[in-house]
Amino acid sequence: MFEYCTDPETLDGLRWLSCYLTTGKHINFYWSFVTVLVLLFITAPTALAFGFLGAMSARAQVAPVRWLGQAYISVVRGVPDIAFFLFFVIALDQGFEWMRHQAFCPDWTDPIRQGNDFLVCPDAKLPLSSSPQWVHEVYGFFLAVLTFAIVFGAFAANVMFGAMRAVPRAQMETAEAYGMTHRQTFWRVLVPQMWMYALPGLGNLWMILIKATPLLFLLGVEDIVYWARELGGTINPRFTDYPHGDWRLWYFLALLVFYLAFTRVSEILIERLNKRLRHGQAIVGAGA
Amino acid sequence: MKKLILSTAALALTAGVAMADTVRMGTEGAYAPWNFINDAGEVDGFERELGDELCKRAELTCEWVTNEWDSIIPNLVSGNYDTIIAGMSITDERDEVIDFTQPYTPPDPSAYAAMSMDVNVEGAVIAAQTSTIQAAFVAEMGATLVEFATPEETVAAVRSGEADAVLADKSFLDTVVGTDGLVMLERMEQIGGGVGMGVRESDGDLKATFDAAIQSMKDDGSLNELITKWEVASTF
Repeated sequence: MFEYCTDPETLDGLRWLSCYLTTGKHINFYWSFVTVLVLLFITAPTALAFGFLGAMSARAQVAPVRWLGQAYISVVRGVPDIAFFLFFVIALDQGFEWMRHQAFCPDWTDPIRQGNDFLVCPDAKLPLSSSPQWVHEVYGFFLAVLTFAIVFGAFAANVMFGAMRAVPRAQMETAEAYGMTHRQTFWRVLVPQMWMYALPGLGNLWMILIKATPLLFLLGVEDIVYWARELGGTINPRFTDYPHGDWRLWYFLALLVFYLAFTRVSEILIERLNKRLRHGQAIVGAGA
Repeated sequence: MKKLILSTAALALTAGVAMADTVRMGTEGAYAPWNFINDAGEVDGFERELGDELCKRAELTCEWVTNEWDSIIPNLVSGNYDTIIAGMSITDERDEVIDFTQPYTPPDPSAYAAMSMDVNVEGAVIAAQTSTIQAAFVAEMGATLVEFATPEETVAAVRSGEADAVLADKSFLDTVVGTDGLVMLERMEQIGGGVGMGVRESDGDLKATFDAAIQSMKDDGSLNELITKWEVASTF
């Protein structure tokens, strides 16, 4: 990075540190923070959408839709995250490839399942094995967002389902008495008011989501914890220009500061949002 | 959404043309000198150099991918990459799930590293990496086994006193003994049947290609040179 970095052995103190902290490996580490932040900011609204749909269908009047919503909420909430991330993602990936296989290679005769192997035709591979590495990474990232959204969507659905029931029944009845249809009462009376009840639960979920990002590595996305472990580990001078002992403590301390700062900022923002939502509402004691 | 579908379709089309022979090489990137991430953030080590040479001889384009050790076989089988080249010893158990090329290093003993020379291995607490031949061996011999996900953690456990000794490939332990008072015990264990590349059982062609490439490197002595250069094993 800097010109004087060509021979790290002659450096000491701050100069050494400035070279050490700008190696390609460290740059990867810094990028992984961006990855995690981008993941969070895409996943949160997606999970919210999943949650809203889940909550809406769980209280639908059509029985099969209601069953579907309730099954989604209880099944996904009941499966451990790590199991979900290990099995569901592989199944999802294979599902996509199977669909592409049916579409692109109708003439393929070999079986897709051969013993332990899952083999689709080369054109159906997702991403294609010839695509550059970044395509693979984007695809892995997309799978991660989808999986996080499904898992956290189930929790969000449960929170919103409860929030919808917390809106006083009298308000709904009044709306109906004014002649509003079921749909109108839902969108005009229920939804605007339920956020206040949902926010504490959703805020909680957001905090958990922030801390769940190290699960990314299970999906092959190199996250901040992976790099911290990799960079902090003891390195023998044979394999690096910057040999050092076990520095994992310092790297994990840096992560600690990052996570604490991030959750603190989130807390402040959620509190502000909460105040805004309660402004002018006639209900006392909600959303505390 | 439409745009997304269009661009996926475009991607699929262009990729179909450039289909050539890209082979994705899966490795762990945490097991120096076999494979590790260098200062520039790229895969490096004995297997990087070996893999690149093999691909050159087999006229394949190779792409390097890192994957956690724990899920390295499932991800090969489900097609996320095409080979495993990660210091993986050939064992009957693994051979049931995947296929191996011929070994590119001879069977070598595994060694113990501990904080003092007088650790009695029998009845001690031994650290080993999860799903390795060493972990299986320790479990078998009746010592107390503590497993860790990465090689680095197995060594850290010995330093912190959580385990009395760590059992791993001698070449890996060579890189850590001598620091922080770690020493290598005299006792060695003869386990494993050499290290080979893992490929899917249905990929017979790829296996044959790499078998031939490894053979050609064995024949002209370049494999032995690489082994000596990186000090990973004894030579053929």
